[in-house]
Amino acid sequence: MKVLEEVGRDTEGVFEYAGGVAELGADAFGFIGKLRIRVRETFDQCYYLGVNSWSIVVLTSLFVGLVLSLESAQQAVTYGVSNLVGGAVTYGAARELGPLLTAIVVAGRVGAAIAAELGSMVVTEQVEALQSLGLSPTRMLVTPRLVALLLMLPLLTILGDIVSIGGGAWMAQAYAHIPYASFVESARETVPFTDFLKGIAKAFVFATIIALIGSYQGLRTRGGAAGVGRATTDAVVTAIILIFIANFALSYILFGGGR
Amino acid sequence: MAVYARLDDVCVRYGPKIVMQNLSLDIVEGAITCIIGLSGAGKSTILRLLNGLKKPDSGRVFVREREVSAMPERELIDFRRSIGFSFQFAALFDSLTVYDNIALPLREHTKKSEHEIETEVMSVLESVGLEMAAQRYPADLSGGMVKRAGFARAVITNPEAVLYDEPTTGLDPIITHLLTDLIVKLRDRLKGTAVVVSHDLESIYQMADYIAMLFEGAIVAYGTVDEIKRSPNPIVQQFLQGSEVGPIPI
Repeated sequence: MKVLEEVGRDTEGVFEYAGGVAELGADAFGFIGKLRIRVRETFDQCYYLGVNSWSIVVLTSLFVGLVLSLESAQQAVTYGVSNLVGGAVTYGAARELGPLLTAIVVAGRVGAAIAAELGSMVVTEQVEALQSLGLSPTRMLVTPRLVALLLMLPLLTILGDIVSIGGGAWMAQAYAHIPYASFVESARETVPFTDFLKGIAKAFVFATIIALIGSYQGLRTRGGAAGVGRATTDAVVTAIILIFIANFALSYILFGGGR
Repeated sequence: MAVYARLDDVCVRYGPKIVMQNLSLDIVEGAITCIIGLSGAGKSTILRLLNGLKKPDSGRVFVREREVSAMPERELIDFRRSIGFSFQFAALFDSLTVYDNIALPLREHTKKSEHEIETEVMSVLESVGLEMAAQRYPADLSGGMVKRAGFARAVITNPEAVLYDEPTTGLDPIITHLLTDLIVKLRDRLKGTAVVVSHDLESIYQMADYIAMLFEGAIVAYGTVDEIKRSPNPIVQQFLQGSEVGPIPI
């Protein structure tokens, strides 16, 4: 009976969490729909959350592109199909690894930052202060972060795609002596432009997940500094898990399920 | 005596702990009501009930005949503009300067020009003696300055009532005296109601029109300063004298 009770409690907790995030999301998108967006704060968040993330996105994307190219070039050379390397690298980068890895890296950096900042504001009563001034914490705090990520994550994904494909092309040339022209030709033949767009479309969903989970965890922080630490960890873990789940669902819908 | 706010048969629990049990209290319009009681007795919760930051588990809270405890959050957001709240640790937004902290509600709720906002903010800052600190960040202020900035933000929109949570705790006697005077001056300036939660008896005797003592989830004494001082209730007397001997368990 105890096990059943625990399962029941956990299930209730999952639904409560999902309901809370959905409510926060509805509120935040409601403010976006009514154009009640704090423009200056949103630009600031674009800088803090987006522009400051470019270096880690470039680094991770570059090495992913290099590894992808190295592995596929090794196989391609063995089987005499080195003209397919460009397609393989671009296919993986544009459809999956570009959007997914960019989102995970940003979730680690930005999701944690959002949860920690809002969590600190909760424990120092700044969120209650906003409420006591007749201001909505969702409009003041969540909406600018959500809009900033919706603007910046797709741009970071494009940057990640370019860097990983560029890195892949360099590695293919350096390791397997595949000319750049052949690499590009293979990429163009294998990956239609719509696949890039679909990859970027994923970034909008991932941005929503990172902003809402980070904000929700931050705003429900309890228990001082330890609570802020817990909120930060939970925000990153939950966002990354949800990004993987969403990525599968989106890949199925955008690339596979309709066939 | 017109009643500004009323807590009617209110019960509040935090988990298994019962903080208020069938508590009823009237807040008199235009008066300074001070709430005293032991640490953790639920004094700050009364302030949060009054501006809707906390909902009672049962019972009702009225402010000017409007039932705050039944308002949905959207309505509460508008309602809270009529009540200033000065937090125990001021709760200033640490990413904003003192000036921007105080200007925020005016920028968000009014269509005033930046020049008009500046005039009002500087006038309030002057009234709390902080005009020189306008461009400083909260982290650069002393404890007393932070409290005064919190006061200024609480009154910038000319609210009908101001709630003060531990306004003088942890401050030296000079600043304590200054802040106590300030609460009275701000009440006179706004011609409004003030509710003050405090442990500082000297300061309370100076400013209070009425005192309510909260003990074990209920109001055990209510009256003017003289009435409370002369109260025959042994709980009140033990609290006022700070004695270890008496009915209050240590």
